[in-house]
Amino acid sequence: MHIVVCVKQVPDTKIIKINPKTNTLDRRSAPAILNPYDAHAVQEAVRLKKLVGGTVSVVSMGPPQATAIIKKSVEIGADEGYLISDRAFAGADTLATSYALSKALERIAKIKPIDMVICGKHAIDGDTGQVGPGIARRLDIPPVTNVIEVTEVIEKDKKVVIKRKLTSGYEIIQAQLPCLLTVEKEINEVEYSPLPNMIRAAKYESIIWTVADLENVDKVQLGLKGSPTIVGKMFSPPKPEGGIRLEGTANEQVNKLMDLLMEKKELFTLQTTK
Amino acid sequence: MSEKFDVIVVGAGPAGSACALTCAQSGLKVLLIERGEYPGSKNVMGGVLYRKQMEELIPEFWKEAPLERPVIEQRFWMMDKESVVSFGYKGLEWAEENNYNNFTVLRAQFDQWFASKAVQAGALLINETVVLECIVENGKVVGVRTDRPDGDIYADVVVLADGVNSLLGKQLGFHKEFRPDEVALTVMEVINLPKEKINDRFNLSDNQGCTIEIFGDSTKGNLGTAFLYTNKDSLNIGVGTTLSSMIKAKLKPYDLLDYLKNHPMVKPLIEGGESAEYLAHLIPEGGYRSVPKVAGNGVVLIGDAAQLVNAIHREGSNMAMSSGKMAAETIIEAKHRNDFSESSLNLYREKLYDSFIMKDLEKYKDAAHTFEKYPQYFNEYVPMMNKAMSKFFTVDGTPKRDKQKEIMKSITKERGVINVAKDMYRAWKAVK
Repeated sequence: MHIVVCVKQVPDTKIIKINPKTNTLDRRSAPAILNPYDAHAVQEAVRLKKLVGGTVSVVSMGPPQATAIIKKSVEIGADEGYLISDRAFAGADTLATSYALSKALERIAKIKPIDMVICGKHAIDGDTGQVGPGIARRLDIPPVTNVIEVTEVIEKDKKVVIKRKLTSGYEIIQAQLPCLLTVEKEINEVEYSPLPNMIRAAKYESIIWTVADLENVDKVQLGLKGSPTIVGKMFSPPKPEGGIRLEGTANEQVNKLMDLLMEKKELFTLQTTK
Repeated sequence: MSEKFDVIVVGAGPAGSACALTCAQSGLKVLLIERGEYPGSKNVMGGVLYRKQMEELIPEFWKEAPLERPVIEQRFWMMDKESVVSFGYKGLEWAEENNYNNFTVLRAQFDQWFASKAVQAGALLINETVVLECIVENGKVVGVRTDRPDGDIYADVVVLADGVNSLLGKQLGFHKEFRPDEVALTVMEVINLPKEKINDRFNLSDNQGCTIEIFGDSTKGNLGTAFLYTNKDSLNIGVGTTLSSMIKAKLKPYDLLDYLKNHPMVKPLIEGGESAEYLAHLIPEGGYRSVPKVAGNGVVLIGDAAQLVNAIHREGSNMAMSSGKMAAETIIEAKHRNDFSESSLNLYREKLYDSFIMKDLEKYKDAAHTFEKYPQYFNEYVPMMNKAMSKFFTVDGTPKRDKQKEIMKSITKERGVINVAKDMYRAWKAVK
């Protein structure tokens, strides 16, 4: 089985700062990391490879330094890594990104047919979750989002059994291969990589493609030109207000707490959806 | 059996990267293992990088290395509670490329860059991997065991550049647990301050840096020093004393740093700055007598792991780099002989003892001990100097010759003529 994982290099949003003047992310303020959801995606592909055999490839779009996350993916256990890197891809929104990645996937499929594509649920710097389904649509394969478990791979029927997370509970579905999964963090624990993987990753040289290496590309759909999204405004979410400290004897504190809770009782009534 | 390397270097600090770089340049197969997220993420120093030893490894490194400022002024402060006696040297020649003397650096950036040069030369770098122990077979170190699955890896020589604590060196019995007087505990902060403010307050231009070493009240009179260095748009401020002084005086390192930051002589220089990083580290300051066995069968120790720090001249990173280079040269020669025994690798020890490193450490072998045993240098003479200068420069109608007499009298009165003579002789002997 050939599984391809789409990975993205993102700034570590846990520590990134927002430029208060321009309201844009100050990318220098945080190190670039492998999008955490994508790490789970690579791990799942490696797990499935161990189960049924095959190859795991990763593909990313980004500047040359994004080879760092391809190396990281090799540490987790990926066999090959492709980076599409070209000025023509710059400034892409989710529409243009999914177009470019689908072209890269078509090219990879020529080297070796693809049975499954896995993406992280979303990237932590944009939180849109649109690129995965966008790729599936362009490749005309079923998108299966919010996956929390790949229960079974039935190779002879070219089918997978999958558990999806829903707002309330989960569902188990069967999908035809090839398909595209987007995965949640619950799907697995990213393992501590074995030393031979680390050495292989240290040596590994990513395969880098420019636009010229891809086929049948409509250049108008790439980069800034192919991106209809306009960011109207960016702002930091307001800081949460501090809590209230209750003073007094135990009884007084409980009474005050009860009063406060009664004031906000609408928060605790069951809401039924129509 | 897993892959075998010519050299495994444990620790990607200045010593480890220098060694890995030199080995890789001569075509050896090198694996450099770092426990931090990236080289430099766990490394701490006050922040002065010396030109000479770095240049021997990477010519004209200043053209591409992430440096902060070339140092054009070095000040020394003898500080009392509300005064300071200052001397130093500022020279514009140090601002010229041909005469750069040393630089301020931020280690997190510099070490990352330095390790990347070793990688460019062909070394393999692995981060986030802890070496648990050396693999010893028939009395010879043949590899290392890491904390990763399938984590054993083999090499002809293992270079221990694992820093001041050198747990690996201790495991091999090369050195004992430290005595508290052999190590200093230093805490420091990186304080962000706009470039213009730094330039104004320290009387500098954009590409000029200043270092201040502070003795006396900076450590509340204990054996140790404080420092204040200028980066591009931040300051490094820190203070350290030997662990034994800290225990004896019941000092808490963070209290000491707080005291320093609020000292009236220091506060105006850092005022308005925003604290960006807080770091703490042990420094091996035992000197000549604390240097352990540095070569064994299939193994050598370099840098802090070999305790190579000159506390008097605050030199360490340069000694680390030079020792790494000497170890590498020895390994390259050993590879030609295909002999990695202790007697073969002991050539490194000879190189080390022949170099400025051991010669300088030998020169100061008694200094730390003297200053530790006789604390009057820090807690009595510094205040005395301040009082003397105050008296000397105060214009009150007393003839200058009388003032000088009075000053001498007050000094000898406080400690007694014989004691002053003894103190002077002792100090001279310790640093001669």
